[in-house]
Order: sequence, then C-alpha cells, then structure tokens
Amino acid sequence: MEAWLGLVGCAALAAAVVVALLVAPAAVGESVAQRILYLHAPSAFAAYGCIAVVAIASAVYLWKRSAAADRLAVAAAEVGVLMCTLVLVTGSIWGRARWGAWWTPDPRLTLTLILWAIYLSYVLLRAFGGDDEEIAPYAAVLGIVGVLAIPAIRVSARLMKGMHPSVLAPREGGSGLTDPSMRLAFWGGTVALLLVAACLVLLRARLERIERQASALRRLADAAEGA
Amino acid sequence: MMHLGYLAAAYAVVIGGIALYLRRLVARLAAVDRELSQLRSRLDAADRR
Repeated sequence: MEAWLGLVGCAALAAAVVVALLVAPAAVGESVAQRILYLHAPSAFAAYGCIAVVAIASAVYLWKRSAAADRLAVAAAEVGVLMCTLVLVTGSIWGRARWGAWWTPDPRLTLTLILWAIYLSYVLLRAFGGDDEEIAPYAAVLGIVGVLAIPAIRVSARLMKGMHPSVLAPREGGSGLTDPSMRLAFWGGTVALLLVAACLVLLRARLERIERQASALRRLADAAEGA
Repeated sequence: MMHLGYLAAAYAVVIGGIALYLRRLVARLAAVDRELSQLRSRLDAADRR
C-alpha cells in the first residue's frame, strides 16, 4: 500500500514539477520565482491534511483508547511538521524574491509559524515526554486544540490585510491562476503532495508499531534473562 | 534571471526534504526490524534454558 502510494505520488510530483516549470506560462507582472507557488501551496494543503488526521486520530484515541489511532496521530504529526517546515521555508524564499525580506509579520505567516510550533511541541512531547501511555492523552488534547490554527489561518487571510498573496481568491476575470496549465500545475502538485504525505504517514505509523513491539519484547527479554 | 536561484532553492528544499525524511524512515525501519529479530532470538534462547 505504502509503496504504491509512494510510486504514484512521486510520479505525480514529477509530472506536476514539469508542468509548473516548463508548461505553465509566467504570471503577469511576476518574476520566475512565482513558480515556487506550485510547491509552496500544495505543501500547505498536505500539512493541513496531516494535521486534520492528527486531530481526528487523537479524538478517536481519547474516545476509544485505540493504540492504532494513537500511532496514526504520532505519524501524521511528524509528517505534518515536515510539510509545515517546507511551507515556511519555501514561503520565506519566495518572500525574499518578491518583497526583498525573508520574513514579514503578516497574519497568515505568523499563524502558520504558530501552527508549526504547536505540532513541533506535539512531536517533541511524544519523543521526549516519557512513558507513551501516560503522555498520550495530554498529547491527544494538544493534537485536537492545535487544529484550530488552520481555520484561523484561512479567516486571517480573508479578514486581515496582509502582504501574502491570495492566489485562489476570486477576482476580476477569475482566480490568479488564469491559464489551465497553471491550474493543472497547482492542483496536480496538491494531489501529488497529498499522496506523498499519505505514504510517509503510513510508513511512519508502521515504524511506530514496530518500535512499540520492539520495546515490549525488549522488556520481556530482559525479564526472561534476569529470571 | 536572478530569481532563478530562489526558484531552484525552493524546489530543492521540497524534493530534498521529502527524500531525506523518506531515507531516514526506511533506515529506521530496517534497524528496528533487525532489532526485533535479535530480540526474538534472545527470547527463544531464554525459553530453551
């Protein structure tokens, strides 16, 4: 399953990169750096998807005490932090090219940084917080509350005037993606990064399951040898 | 043309970041798989004693 998702995701990503760099026309009044959009925004959608999975899996864990849901939350949080890091880094590079600054205190940028910090805390809590069973309910609450930053980012983009461009916002003559090949690069990249993220989450969840199995077996082996 | 460097850097960050994370995951999976089979051998040996 992971292998197929990974293969299809990588093929789709390669195709989206080719369309973004070689087929899609240059946006009017923008430099070549505008093409960063075709991986920057899809990384954001992949991060939101992973974080939504963390929240749902955390809620299922709190409700059913399901170990599988907890493992899925841990896996999705780690991949979500990776995707959010990619959003922040590519956004910063694009900002440097567009505005001449690596960072500005724009509401959407600041809230994305807060979202990243919340889920980085989740990952660090799970990695260094101590016993998994003790820490899991607290982490689950963090995983659910943190997801509120996503609607806050969307609302801030509508209500507060910032420097961040709104490519998908309706405007005269349609959205900012005027050419069909621009939309293909954008949505193709989004589907590709969602598939790649799903593959990474499944692989990470499998690793989490085997690590917990190994930890239980280690305790058993130590006890058996000590007896 | 100056902005081509920014474009290349951004694409390299995304593709490189994902590739490095995938490599780390696969390496960790292989290491834990090896540890799991060693632990099973240790448990079998302890059972036989």
